[in-house]
Amino acid sequence: MSQTVLVFVKQVPDTQNITGDAMTPAGTVNRAALPAIFNPEDLNALELALQLKDRYGVKVVVGTMGPPAAAEVLRSSLFRGADECILLTDRAFAGADTLATSYALSCCAKKVGKVDLILCGRQAIDGDTAQVGPQIAEKLHIPQIAYVEEVINLDSDKIRARRAIEGGYEILEAPLPCLLTVIEGNDPRPMAALKIMKYKKAKTPGEVAKNAASPEEAEKICAELKAKGLLIAEWSADYVDAAKDRIGLAGSPTKVKNIQNVILTASEAKSVEPTDEGINNLMHELIADHTLG
Amino acid sequence: MNNKIGNVWVFIEQEGGKIADVSLELVCKGRELAQQLGVKTEALLLGNGVEKCVDTLYSYGCDTVYLIEDERLEPFTVLPYAKVIMDMIKTHHPNILLFGATMKGRELAPRVASEKLAGLTADCTDLQIDDFEDKVNKKSYTDKLMQIRPAFGGNIIATIVNTWDDPQMVTVREGVMKMDAPDPARKGELVRVKAELSDTDTVIKVIERVRQDKEVDLKGAQIIVAGGYGVGSKENFKLIRDLAEALGGEVGASRAAVDAGWISHDYQIGQTGVTVRPRLYICAGISGSIQHRAGMTESKKIIAINTDPDAPIFSVAHYAIVGDLNDVIPKMIKAFKAKA
Repeated sequence: MSQTVLVFVKQVPDTQNITGDAMTPAGTVNRAALPAIFNPEDLNALELALQLKDRYGVKVVVGTMGPPAAAEVLRSSLFRGADECILLTDRAFAGADTLATSYALSCCAKKVGKVDLILCGRQAIDGDTAQVGPQIAEKLHIPQIAYVEEVINLDSDKIRARRAIEGGYEILEAPLPCLLTVIEGNDPRPMAALKIMKYKKAKTPGEVAKNAASPEEAEKICAELKAKGLLIAEWSADYVDAAKDRIGLAGSPTKVKNIQNVILTASEAKSVEPTDEGINNLMHELIADHTLG
Repeated sequence: MNNKIGNVWVFIEQEGGKIADVSLELVCKGRELAQQLGVKTEALLLGNGVEKCVDTLYSYGCDTVYLIEDERLEPFTVLPYAKVIMDMIKTHHPNILLFGATMKGRELAPRVASEKLAGLTADCTDLQIDDFEDKVNKKSYTDKLMQIRPAFGGNIIATIVNTWDDPQMVTVREGVMKMDAPDPARKGELVRVKAELSDTDTVIKVIERVRQDKEVDLKGAQIIVAGGYGVGSKENFKLIRDLAEALGGEVGASRAAVDAGWISHDYQIGQTGVTVRPRLYICAGISGSIQHRAGMTESKKIIAINTDPDAPIFSVAHYAIVGDLNDVIPKMIKAFKAKA
């Protein structure tokens, strides 16, 4: 039995650990100062896929849509145990909202061919929408199980998984192919030293071309990498048969009218001394203005 | 081309026949939007044996309740719900469709939006009606829904407009829209609709379902005492509970305290927890990440206790106590008991 699990991941700016350095003097975020990281819940999705590889011998294919630099999260996936990677990259994808993104990724999934299971992190920390997973499922006309914590069983034609619901959990069974969105519920494995040795030279054709002296040399290097299983596939919009009017800005129904930076208001806090007297006065004030009591 | 614009719809989320608060909040907000547009406020109520919810929906301001009852709609699973809502949209062409940004709403709304090829904005914190000039495509739109939401980890606030097909769809965070008082005298129209479901809509089987109501309702709390990672241990959380009890308030927590396993997720305040707006918010040992602040800055009075004078929490606090919570909290309890 050889089943294929496709994991969609995203490289995101690290919005969770915003330090003083990442703030401009005006109190807004300096995006350029934020490191690009593997979206945390996508790492949980990859871990779940790798557990299925350990348990059932599935093949794990990792795909991402993004700029050429997003190849970094693909190499990181190879270091952890992924079998194959695809970088979906094209200027035509730029400016996509969740609808256009899910369409592009659904085209990518179709191009991969027979896929039994698609895994996505629940949401990415740069947008926090949690929309792309369910939208990919709808575009492929397959069922979805959101908020999965654990796969209980994977058969040739169905999957049973435990997922979180408000105030508890459910065990659901769905036929394959199926899409799962994954929440924090496992500890993503670290990168394996041997795999780093093996895959640190893995590159996309774009990365090869950037450093090659001529197109001919690039072609030669790509062929060599491919023979060693070190060439990361790079797919364009045309390659995955994506319709021009459904991707990028053109394929995005939502438009941003304006963006306002959240500015940390200057501290106007009244300082209270941590002494008996200071705290007595504070409590007295709160009782007097009916905040307390 | 039909120029008459459609109505404002609210998806009503219910569990065991109890309507989620966020759905009633959205009925109130939906009514405000509908009045501005001169259209009706209508509810989509799906489930089985949920007709008793209808009068409540009228009392909060629904002009119409579409009631779709079917045993395949209990318990909630995403596929049949999406099918029924899609069929309803195709028949009635609503202008706006609001969902709560709950776990159910956030898996259901994108499925519907994807099929309808409609835009969907997640986790809105405000909604307004305004005109929109799309300068890039040189098109102008009147009376569109301004979908306002935090993005980029809460560091920016974006106003988003859907320029494609109606409905204009959004999910809205729990606890951010004001719930008006119900008026039991209000009446509306009940429209029963039969669910058209096929086998492909019911392929997901619920094998087991375990849930219980939340241990605590922080959304309605007037006084909250919240503890963070600085509390130091599960045992030491007793200090937070003691202060909450003394002041007649509820206990809350930051994500770090929840992740440390000191308290359950029901108590988490912030972007991935509950949004609160109490009369008094006391936070101890919480540094104040932007995600936490997103859930509490609208509190009327904020007292922050932290040993680090540079903790970001102080930037939103009204009272700053730079000190050790182990020392400060007992003093607060003592002072309050002496005065009250």
